[in-house]
Amino acid sequence: MRIAAIAHFLRRFLLGWLLAVPLLSAPAPAAGVDPALLAPLAGDDTDAKLRAIAALGQLPDPGAAAVLQALGNDRLYATADGRVLVGDGARAIDPATGAAADLPADAGAIGINNRLRRAIEAALAGSRLYSADARERLAAARRLQQAGDPARLPMLEKALAVEKHDEVRGALEIAVANLELKSADPAVRRHAVELLGRTGNPAFRSTLAALAQQADGPQAEPDAEVREAAAQALRQIDRHLATIEWAGNLFYGISLGSVLLLAALGLAITFGLMGVINMAHGELLMIGAYVTYVAQTLFRAWLPGWMDWYVLAALPLAFVVTALVGMALERTVIRWLYGRPLETLLATWGISLMLMQGVRTLFGAQNVEVGNPSWMSGGITVLDGLVLTYNRLVIIGFALFVVFLVWALLNHTRLGLFVRAITQNRRMADCVGVPTGRVDMLAFGLGSGIAGLAGVALSQLGNVGPDLGRAYIVDSFMVVVLGGVGQLAGTVIAALGLGGVNKFLEPYAGAVMAKITILALIVLFVQKRPQGLFAPRGRSVE
Amino acid sequence: MKQTALTDLHLLARRPLYSGRAWAALAAAAAVLALLPLLNLAFPPGHALHVSAYAVALLGKFMCYAMAALALDLVWGYAGILSLGHGLFFALGGYAHGMYLMRAIGRDGVYQSDLPDFMVFLDWKAYPWYWSFTEHFWYAMLLVVLVPGLLAFVFGYFAFRSRIKGVYFSIITQALTFAAMLLFFRNDTGFGGNNGFTDFKRILGFDITAPGTRAALYWITLAALAGALVLARAVTQSKLGRVLTAVRDSESRLRFIGYDPLGFKLFVWTLSAVLCGVAGALYVPQVGIINPSEMSTETSIEMVIWVATGGRGTLVGPIIGAGAVNGLKTWFTSVLPEFWLYALGLIFVLVTLFLPTGIVGLARRLAVRFQERKA
Amino acid sequence: MKRRLALKQLTAVSLLAMSGWMPQVHAAGDTIKVGILHSLSGTMAISETSLKDVALMAIEEINANGGVLGKKLEPVVVDPASNWPLFAEKSRQLLSQDKVAVVFGCWTSVSRKSVLPVFKELNGLLFYPVQYEGEELEKNVFYTGAAPNQQAIPAVEYLMSEDGGGAKRFVLLGTDYVYPRTTNKILRAFLHSKGVKDSDIDEVYTPFGHSDYQTIVANIKKFATGGKTAVVSTINGDSNVPFYKELGNAGLKATDVPVVAFSVGEEELRGVDTKPLVGHLAAWNYFESIKNPVNQDFIKKWKAYAQAKNLPNANTVVTNDPMEATYIGIHMWKQAVEQAKSTEVDKVIASMGGQKFDAPDGYTIEMDKTNHHLHKPVYIGEIRADGQFNVVWKSKGPIRAQPWSPYIPGNESKQGL
Repeated sequence: MRIAAIAHFLRRFLLGWLLAVPLLSAPAPAAGVDPALLAPLAGDDTDAKLRAIAALGQLPDPGAAAVLQALGNDRLYATADGRVLVGDGARAIDPATGAAADLPADAGAIGINNRLRRAIEAALAGSRLYSADARERLAAARRLQQAGDPARLPMLEKALAVEKHDEVRGALEIAVANLELKSADPAVRRHAVELLGRTGNPAFRSTLAALAQQADGPQAEPDAEVREAAAQALRQIDRHLATIEWAGNLFYGISLGSVLLLAALGLAITFGLMGVINMAHGELLMIGAYVTYVAQTLFRAWLPGWMDWYVLAALPLAFVVTALVGMALERTVIRWLYGRPLETLLATWGISLMLMQGVRTLFGAQNVEVGNPSWMSGGITVLDGLVLTYNRLVIIGFALFVVFLVWALLNHTRLGLFVRAITQNRRMADCVGVPTGRVDMLAFGLGSGIAGLAGVALSQLGNVGPDLGRAYIVDSFMVVVLGGVGQLAGTVIAALGLGGVNKFLEPYAGAVMAKITILALIVLFVQKRPQGLFAPRGRSVE
Repeated sequence: MKQTALTDLHLLARRPLYSGRAWAALAAAAAVLALLPLLNLAFPPGHALHVSAYAVALLGKFMCYAMAALALDLVWGYAGILSLGHGLFFALGGYAHGMYLMRAIGRDGVYQSDLPDFMVFLDWKAYPWYWSFTEHFWYAMLLVVLVPGLLAFVFGYFAFRSRIKGVYFSIITQALTFAAMLLFFRNDTGFGGNNGFTDFKRILGFDITAPGTRAALYWITLAALAGALVLARAVTQSKLGRVLTAVRDSESRLRFIGYDPLGFKLFVWTLSAVLCGVAGALYVPQVGIINPSEMSTETSIEMVIWVATGGRGTLVGPIIGAGAVNGLKTWFTSVLPEFWLYALGLIFVLVTLFLPTGIVGLARRLAVRFQERKA
Repeated sequence: MKRRLALKQLTAVSLLAMSGWMPQVHAAGDTIKVGILHSLSGTMAISETSLKDVALMAIEEINANGGVLGKKLEPVVVDPASNWPLFAEKSRQLLSQDKVAVVFGCWTSVSRKSVLPVFKELNGLLFYPVQYEGEELEKNVFYTGAAPNQQAIPAVEYLMSEDGGGAKRFVLLGTDYVYPRTTNKILRAFLHSKGVKDSDIDEVYTPFGHSDYQTIVANIKKFATGGKTAVVSTINGDSNVPFYKELGNAGLKATDVPVVAFSVGEEELRGVDTKPLVGHLAAWNYFESIKNPVNQDFIKKWKAYAQAKNLPNANTVVTNDPMEATYIGIHMWKQAVEQAKSTEVDKVIASMGGQKFDAPDGYTIEMDKTNHHLHKPVYIGEIRADGQFNVVWKSKGPIRAQPWSPYIPGNESKQGL
């Protein structure tokens, strides 16, 4: 039995090995690309370059694709004697022969502009249609949906004939349909129009709109049925566009709300606990963002391979640093002003000025660069047109996670119990033995630490500069005032509500009027409910 | 005993505004200040007694700030209402006067049009309705008083009626001034957007940059400041002032006694806004520009620190505080520009921690100790 | 202890307050005072701090070569803190207290407009180094930055060309203040003259410090479905960063919808991750990546200066257009003073016209004889992944400025001074 199993295993292993060998010993790059095709790339004539790029795209030779890719990445060099080399650091490959060559010192990188980039993408897409990876084929097919050149039709139809993957087939059919719009046969055109309409993809709107017009010069569509079908398709697309817009606004509102939530959560905790409005809260956000910058710098210097994860390392670091700053603030300034909230407001404002200038002295007045890690760049396309950016998705998730953490802390730990007790009735809590001084300090540290975490999130969204805090301070206050300090839910609802209302107003009234309207609404709301949505219950002091 | 207390109260309500010595000191200070433009006009530059035009303009500006600080002290020092948005009233007064000054440019602007330059580059063809009549000086002065006053009245009515107090009220005033700043930054609002109003040429027919006009504006500002001080003193020394102090100290108790604080708070709040508006109106021709950043939250909070540094609840204190802090700012931003914000922040912190009664409070304490030593 | 501390405070505060308006006595030495009026704190510090440093570097260089008219230059640096009334106050201080011979300063149009009355009243001299909206020509100011016809119009022409993408629809996106408003007005008139209809132009304004561009980017996408679209961005300074981030993440590549910005230079790109921005454009009269000996020298001097003076982030400093304009301005002023043999403002103004200087942008730049503006070359560059620009188009030579744009009605009668 065992011997049979071993033999079976050996057989499969050998089979695999034998099959892999051809792949492992992949042939050296095939006989090189024709130098005559490469020569125009080194020259100055843009039209000749475009022709060369298109021609290279038609070649099945992987060397040609390599040349195009290098050109797109600024790694194609032209030597003084007219040769073209694919560079890779100090070494280079001569695409004409496929052999390695030296990169002369006087070789200059061939510069490209957007027009050439577009041509390169289109050319590469053509060759990628035959790639082994289904995802690449899908991306290529999607790219070619935008192509307008009917000459590509035979190539697309050829690819369609051999394509087995369903999704790629669908994409290719759409690309074919797009080109069939120029066909002579009205029935073919109508079929193409219907297909495009069903996709609901707004990218086809302009071509379909042109078709739906009356006799309109070179775009005129003679066949009435086709025009009718085009109008129908347009309506479908417009309906889809409206859905996308609505869903988009919802997403933007939630994402803005999550940012507000993160920014205001720390403030809500300290305000609820001690009645202290901490005007330096914005600067704690800023410190969190700068800690992220420092983490990025350290990772770049010591752990470049782990660059993608510097954000995760920055989180605990930011929490600890800002918590320490907050606790220092509490010990040195705020505790002496206990019971005088207005003076605390002023003193913390002074601290905020000093913190801002301190950061300017340390890091310079200019903004610093904080890049998104790759798993937070880009977005996911849903509904065929709405892009949900990864960084905002991550931040929404992160905000919910932080809320959960705070809830758990407040409701399931001893510190949280003390915090809630002090919020409800400080004197009584003191009487029953809650160490109010220490809890004050720890709670302030907690609130500041959360601000630090928020700062990490904010660094991924916008600028990191000394003025970062100023931009969020008024909004944080609005959330706290609106939500009240009785419960965590108040802050959450207020933040999401403000974000949502802002984003739904913005398309109609513009960014500024939306903001002003919201501020006015808050002022009016507070007249009705001065303590906010969730007022603290119990016999709280005024 | 109760009889005496009542008559005492009655007598106290009629006490004089200032003691004889205080009047003398104030008059002396006013005389010195009034002398300076004369020194500027009378003596040529280079003379030992000459006061530069720069100094005159600077002091004029400081006096406007002092008046705004005084107005803020009325509500904060005496009624306990901390407003973080008084810059709004200051700026509104400034804008109201600015509208007249923009009209007075006439056709001497860059585009030689009847409309101000910023309306020309926005392609507007006529003044919007809210600019009507602003070519008349008296109307502009009316707006200087009415606009901040009306806004303060309406806002104050609703806010005080809902009994919004303390920190919440301060935050709301901050929201108000922030929203107004955003509104005025919009070019479409018709107030010049970020450029604001600038490039003034004339006021009431006089060239606005002439030394004589500058001196006149200075003296008017000085008179206004003095008048505001006397008015504020009268209010705080009257029975009304007593109620306000009660509001500051314990509003609930006051309510239980039977007073409705709404009317009193509203009165002093509106008066303060009007004074601030007048200060802003005097500020604009001396500085030559008004722009929405005067409505920013930073500016309003800085006003609070002037009052705190000088001594809240003293009326004279804020004037001194405004002069001191702004003088410091002028000096720092010339000599040690990188350290100005540290200094300002430190002032905030140290004043709230160690100088709760401000400079005037400190001086009083020292004077009392000096008296005790002598006795 | 408290009392002593308070006493010390009181004394210090009153002393300092008094010193604020005491006339300052300066030793009338063998120096010529030069005022530098740039914000070193506040929102504009991000852009203006480097201009102060370049000005100081140029002054050091001139002093090392013997100064001007045998005297050394003494810089007087003040901080107007991004506060417009403070700009007016500081300029008055520089002119009447410190008695400077010339002022190099300002960035925003508001700051320039707020100091203008002071310069006119006291007959001062201001060199303004930033690209702006034009519509101004003052005897006391020399404009070393670009006017719209030296930046905005060539950029839009490029976008309409084949190389630039053949754009048919335009989104004019700007921050809400005078520079974008006026520039967009000029561009709209220009586009009309090229046959672009109003329905193909979308003008959008955002407030200062706006950071949430999701809705705007979504609208650009929607607008782009109507035809080949390009975005002309007059967003102010660092507000461009969240815009670019959103653009990159939403997948709008430069090959789909190219964005040309007029306020984004090497300095602004230092603070942003440039990978998603590759291919987007900027239009200036100078780029750090221009290759010529004068520019190499300029960059080397600047980097050495930054290291020597320990400026923050000294090893990643860059040069940009306003810095180059400051540098040109200072040297041209020196030449004019030497030609006039005096620092008297009227004489210097008279001899400024026609001054020539070998600038880092590769040309011999000339100050126009009548309109107080420089003749400047136009470069259009694409953002590279390393934060520098790839020059994709340049004008045939320096272009004469038209401060009164012919595209604004009523400007036909205005010429030079």
